[in-house]
Amino acid sequence: MEKLPAHQRVVITGIGLAAPNADNLADFRAKVLAGRSEIREIELRYMGRVPAGVCVFPETKHRKKKDNKRGTRAGCLGVYAAHEALLDAGLTLAEGAGYRPDRTGVYIGLTEHGTVETENEVYNISQYGYNVDYWTHHHNPRTVLNNPAGEITMSLGITGPHYSVGAACAAGNAALIQGVQMLRLGDVDLALCGGVSESVGSFGIFASFKAQGALASHPDPTQASRPFDLDRDGIVISEGACLYCLETLERARQRGAKIYGEIVGYAMNSDALDFVLPHGPRQAECVRLALSRAGLRPADIDIVNTHATGTRQGDIEECRGLVEIFADCPHTYFNNTKSIIGHAMGAAGVLELAANLPAFDDHLVHPTINVERLDPECALPNLVVNQARRVERVDVILNNSFGMLGINSVIIVKKI
Amino acid sequence: MTRDAIKEIVIEIIKDIDEEANTAALAADRPLRDQLDLDSMDFLDIVMELRKRYKLQIPEEDYPQLNTLESCVNYLEPKLRHL
Repeated sequence: MEKLPAHQRVVITGIGLAAPNADNLADFRAKVLAGRSEIREIELRYMGRVPAGVCVFPETKHRKKKDNKRGTRAGCLGVYAAHEALLDAGLTLAEGAGYRPDRTGVYIGLTEHGTVETENEVYNISQYGYNVDYWTHHHNPRTVLNNPAGEITMSLGITGPHYSVGAACAAGNAALIQGVQMLRLGDVDLALCGGVSESVGSFGIFASFKAQGALASHPDPTQASRPFDLDRDGIVISEGACLYCLETLERARQRGAKIYGEIVGYAMNSDALDFVLPHGPRQAECVRLALSRAGLRPADIDIVNTHATGTRQGDIEECRGLVEIFADCPHTYFNNTKSIIGHAMGAAGVLELAANLPAFDDHLVHPTINVERLDPECALPNLVVNQARRVERVDVILNNSFGMLGINSVIIVKKI
Repeated sequence: MTRDAIKEIVIEIIKDIDEEANTAALAADRPLRDQLDLDSMDFLDIVMELRKRYKLQIPEEDYPQLNTLESCVNYLEPKLRHL
């Protein structure tokens, strides 16, 4: 994509996030490098105690408590991350400040939305004999699928397009791709895009994973998320948000913006096979397609951030494809962020990419933690285990993110 | 329930919706929405809270009677007198 003119090349110039162990990129990077998990047990209606990733961040920094109460948790997380991303990019949308509110688009990846609010309301009316007179008038504006994106536009006065991209756990990447495409089409000049998840508020999501035999458990919650380990037993569900400011290389250079990297390749495809089981060969096709679009060889990739969630079959499927693609790539390193922060669903892909982007500057590959007995079927070459590793160069990062119903996404970011 | 107690309850419900609301300076005879950051959805929150607390079903045609603090008290007094 380097052959594209500068007004078609898309770069990341701002990152705002709320992760289960940090509320800004610098702290987040320090925690993932140290392999510090802050996964804890929460008490959930009907479920009891379960490990989960919960975000602690200044919720009223950018929006009144009244609006947080009226909106959703996803909206609250998204509004925080959106404001932080703009601040990080050194951007305001004030008149004459460079980017116009009507030329700004908000694209938010969601795994699901409305589950938390619906469960809460059913519980609420159960306290009143299931009389629907007690059902809240806030239900519809809270559960429409554009809710988190719309809350962001209201908070920031953005009058360009906003909508959600539903793509199961590939949603964060999918929304980034949407942002790139809308910039290239000239639909907007600035894209605020990424993913949000409020999943830890839904007992149904936990219960469904449990029913599938895919909900992680461990006496020490910080050790519950253990992709690639023989003793892995499922997913740790987390909430989170991570939004990026995307703009064209041309505009970013004109205003002297700090550039995290250029999105040089992406791909999405579908397994077309199963509701829940992942399919390695199709995932591998997705990786190859992204590489081909980026004009890169596997050996050009310095870090592969894996999607692996800690399920038995899912981890193996992904690793099979990666081992084959990166067979002769001695300088390609692999890691997994979910081992540290759990699975942030719609925010997963974008949080995991953010966890790795600072490697362009510090040349460190953050570790995959909780690997005590590596599953031989997940023995990726150069898997960075338990301790961060310093490497010679980090110029290109590839980020995998896959989801239910067989949706696969890959994003490749290159240092500029 | 006395008129003062009813007034306190309405203020308490408003504070629950918006804890930053300045209720100390409320003029009892002026519309609540002119004095506070309340919109129609917040107003429905007040109606819902009265329903939850006192099983009061306030029909839509009576909503204008909840316009000011004073009219709220006038409207609610006969309905809450027995409490």
